[in-house]
Amino acid sequence: MSARLRWRKFVSNFMLTMTGVCAVVSVAILFLILGYLVVNGGKSINWAFFTQLPKPVGEVGGGMANAIVGSAKLLLVASLIGVPVGFLGGVYLAEFSGAKVASVVRYAADLLNGVPSIVIGIFAYSMAVLPFKQFSTLAGSFALGLMMIPITLRSTEEFLGAVPRMLREGAMALGASKWKTISTVIVPAAYRGILTAILLALARVAGETAPLLFTALGNRYWSPGWGQPTASLPVMIYNYALSPYEDWHRQAWAAGLVLLGLILIINILARTILSRGIAVPRG
Amino acid sequence: MQASPNPELSVKVNAPAGAATTRENAASIPMRMRISKLNFYYGTKQILFDISMGIADKRVTALIGPSGCGKSTLLRILNRMHETVSTSRLEGEVLLDQQNILAQDVTALRRRVGMVFQRPNPFPKSIFENIAYGPRINGFKGPIADVVEKSLRNAALWDEVKDHLHKSAYELSGGQQQRLCIARALAVEPEVLLLDEPCSALDPISTAKIEELLVELKNLTTLAIVTHNMQQAARVSDFTAFVLTGQVIEFNPTPQLFTTPTDPRTEAYITGRFG
Repeated sequence: MSARLRWRKFVSNFMLTMTGVCAVVSVAILFLILGYLVVNGGKSINWAFFTQLPKPVGEVGGGMANAIVGSAKLLLVASLIGVPVGFLGGVYLAEFSGAKVASVVRYAADLLNGVPSIVIGIFAYSMAVLPFKQFSTLAGSFALGLMMIPITLRSTEEFLGAVPRMLREGAMALGASKWKTISTVIVPAAYRGILTAILLALARVAGETAPLLFTALGNRYWSPGWGQPTASLPVMIYNYALSPYEDWHRQAWAAGLVLLGLILIINILARTILSRGIAVPRG
Repeated sequence: MQASPNPELSVKVNAPAGAATTRENAASIPMRMRISKLNFYYGTKQILFDISMGIADKRVTALIGPSGCGKSTLLRILNRMHETVSTSRLEGEVLLDQQNILAQDVTALRRRVGMVFQRPNPFPKSIFENIAYGPRINGFKGPIADVVEKSLRNAALWDEVKDHLHKSAYELSGGQQQRLCIARALAVEPEVLLLDEPCSALDPISTAKIEELLVELKNLTTLAIVTHNMQQAARVSDFTAFVLTGQVIEFNPTPQLFTTPTDPRTEAYITGRFG
């Protein structure tokens, strides 16, 4: 074997090994985090964590029932804001707008998606907190909803754009108007992709802390209605992890585990939806 | 009066089995659609030049010609599918039952003039829902299952699918999917059915089935078919238009066009000297 060939074989093997190692490292990080959370959080998680309010400083025990409900309320209203705006905007982009408008909106959506979440938080603070002089669930939802818009918009547009042109023509040739074609053929053909993207957007904002710090603020008690400051899991984790109390650290781990479990469930749900129903074959 | 088309592929060009056995005089057949002095452009590029021809009532009219000659464009104009391209421009007149189609509501027109495409394009729905789609969006309120059965029977697909109407349309073979698309188009009872190379993505056996079906469908509706396959035009059509570089070179009853073409270019094309 010539030296040249040996060298080439060596480079080939070396690169193969490197790519493999990097792949393993990326997976390993996820499992490390998961394992750490399960071990630390698992020790602290108990029934009280889901059913009780936080105990006063100094007392051991208690739970984060208010934060779990608070997060659920925040995500619910955030979806009510982010999903319709993002979805309908995506439909407009994919089906009605000209190429020029589409590229401007697309670029703006990408920029919005790249805005640091803390900046979104400040914006929501000045728009939804300052005018009412009140931290609230709604203000927190507003911030999270803003973050959902670009993700929903871009993925709606992408999935609608991927619906084959011949399906549109098939519907139009039967006498369907443009809106009828979109609502009865195009969107149903793409809905699984869109729904999956919405769930993933939800999972993404579920873990956001920064936009909630000065909108929903936090609360050690129940937050009745929508106009009061509310606890949420990410902010709870943030506060508890920074505290000097051992018991609070334990609870922060438990909250992390619950949050991760929630996101995992949403992901599995999204995948289940993707694998059901009739898919449009590619090509 | 029609012989059934020969499903074998050995049909000679000069002995069209599916075409009219008696020579039909173009003047004696009423025209369902009429195209006169049609010029068509994409942007500044002219695609069709001064086209005048008709689509005979309850007959099959074939448009043949080499790739890129404009035959598909001409067909798509008949139900205004060309309007999906925003830069398109049209001059001239297209009449359906003596009425200008360009002056009508486009959705109403497309309900009357249906279309089947090059590749089967069933919706991602069940077989049943695919057929029911057209009647439903057009406000049909009657017993929809009857319409579905009738349409599938008319498309010679009923016996193959009657036991699994609620399966996905994508579980059918390519040929079955194309017949499903024909059934879907028939479900709204179109007065004219346009077929844009409906067999180009199919195997010979599926092609033979569809050709057989087209001859049957003449009893129900008026058909216009684009094909690059001359034998297919000879087998199934009663009238043929030969299109070349955006012009209709010759439009005559099929037997006449294939046996005694009047234009030397038609003769050159059907004898395989180009295209």
